Amino acid sequence: MSRFIEGIRCMLGAEPKKPAALSEEVRQIMAAKRGDKAHIEQLHEQSRHNHTWRNRRWITLILVNLLFVLSFWLDIQLLEGALTASRFMGFHLIDLNSALQVMLAHKHIIVNLVIGTVTVFLLWVMLGGRTFCSWVCPYHLVSELVEKIHLALARRKLVTDHEFHRGIRAVFWVLFAGLSFITGYTVFETLSPTGILSRALIYGPGLALGWVFLLLLFEVFWSRRAWCRYICPIGLTYGVVGTLSPLQVNYDVGPCLHEGDCRKVCLVPHVLEVTIKGRAAVTQAGLGPDCTRCGLCVDACPTGALQFEVKGLSKLV
Amino acid sequence: MSGPAAEGPVRPKPGVLTEKARRARRKFLRSIPLLAGVMGVSLLGYLPVSQARKLRLRPPGALDEADFLASCIKCGQCLQVCPVNAIRLGDLDEGYGVGVPFIDAREQACDYSCDVAQCILACPTGALTYTKPSFLPVREGAALSMPPLLKAKEDDPEPTLNLKERLGLAKLTRPEACLAVQGKGFSGLVRGEAFRGRVRYIDIDRGKSLPVRDHPYQQEICNLCVSECPIGNAIKLEAFTDANGQRRFKPVVLEQCIGCGVCEMLCPAEPAAIEIEARAVWDAREAGA
Repeated sequence: MSRFIEGIRCMLGAEPKKPAALSEEVRQIMAAKRGDKAHIEQLHEQSRHNHTWRNRRWITLILVNLLFVLSFWLDIQLLEGALTASRFMGFHLIDLNSALQVMLAHKHIIVNLVIGTVTVFLLWVMLGGRTFCSWVCPYHLVSELVEKIHLALARRKLVTDHEFHRGIRAVFWVLFAGLSFITGYTVFETLSPTGILSRALIYGPGLALGWVFLLLLFEVFWSRRAWCRYICPIGLTYGVVGTLSPLQVNYDVGPCLHEGDCRKVCLVPHVLEVTIKGRAAVTQAGLGPDCTRCGLCVDACPTGALQFEVKGLSKLV
Repeated sequence: MSGPAAEGPVRPKPGVLTEKARRARRKFLRSIPLLAGVMGVSLLGYLPVSQARKLRLRPPGALDEADFLASCIKCGQCLQVCPVNAIRLGDLDEGYGVGVPFIDAREQACDYSCDVAQCILACPTGALTYTKPSFLPVREGAALSMPPLLKAKEDDPEPTLNLKERLGLAKLTRPEACLAVQGKGFSGLVRGEAFRGRVRYIDIDRGKSLPVRDHPYQQEICNLCVSECPIGNAIKLEAFTDANGQRRFKPVVLEQCIGCGVCEMLCPAEPAAIEIEARAVWDAREAGA
């Protein structure tokens, strides 16, 4: 239970706590750890060329968005609508954050909206909450690609990453919800690069893409992955959903070398602070609700200490 | 949330911050302009919407403008089902909401060739609806006194559209440009060879719309707004005698007009002599005068 609360606390912006005490088992594992340098080097060499999960995820993300596009263009009617709201073979699917904003703005709840919202809620509880971000959101992919430019420039010391306080995202969430309620208009939709990109892909580009472009420039030259990390209320909404999810990345302290390769590739590195030496209180733990289940850390980890798992199911198998 | 300044380790000397605490403080202070910036941009995006003076024609069944803007989830499902592609989505610079659907009747009006207003069926949030929830008021003159008759379904057992309110009203905004008022007829293509609009020609195909540019007209006195109107009893041509004692005609909009915009699309005058005034309501006194 306390891990739940700790996960939510960190998601809202608090720094991860250092454990007061390590379990006996963890202490034994830590004491027994010894590094065979040549072997470790070999493991690193292998993991450097491993993009299994990233490739699977990119394919999924592109396919989902392509399904939206082709459903309209070829009129095959499989997945109609855009990411804010759609119909999959007739079933209503409604983005949770968009639904919330509409309900707050309109101050009335429509049956279809509830059906679509509940369906999507259950879907993402099963699939991991912020899985939406990294496996579906088109902005995530664009931002991930642009991040490479930022990192290349940062290596040459041409730019530096200006971090913000992560708690600001929760403030944005409250402000956007409040704005919907007060203005009676879903103000956030004007800015949301998720909605803008999704609609641009399906219905054709518009000037709103200019705003997305500015955001990307900001991320390249000023602050790495700023929108997803510090602003987007959609991410926080799905993060809350993910608190209940059995699908997660599991950390096993046993094989971990505590070198931090995982934290370097992570969108939300605070969920991986558990991999710092002495920070894991128990031998096995899920990474917490803010993790987007993107799998970059799973690919990066040379020892397999980070693995996807479905809680409960893994024990059964 | 705990304040970031409290998160550093024990300070080495009173009044001197550790590097970690300094970094945390910088992060915190930097977040305030970010907050102000993003909220500023979002209000900038909202301002034109709140200030929009001229209303836009919305798809059939749209709630009153404020409720419509509040409840539209900007998914474009209405656009996807429209057989004539009358519905388009607003962009950032237009000030009517990003991703909010509208109809530019002059380019492509809603001709109700789907027979049921499919866009209403597609809307997931009730922003387009056949039946308004009871707590939303109906503006006086917006309600239709009887269900609109669809000419194409005249012989069907259920020939009416299930619409309770009009989206606007056609108005003869430039009577001097109206061919009928000038006593002229019309022959040839309305809107020229390049026009992409479609409309349903009941005599040719009752099921779907056809390109306007493939259908030349021949009318002694231009009567297009009346002959092509998809709704029964919505508009008529009325004779009058002008100042020189000449017999002339003018289109008169009737109470059954729902504001679909087909008359505006097909008006051969450039710009159109008859236009839809979005959200306009029926005023019996005005009509009588």
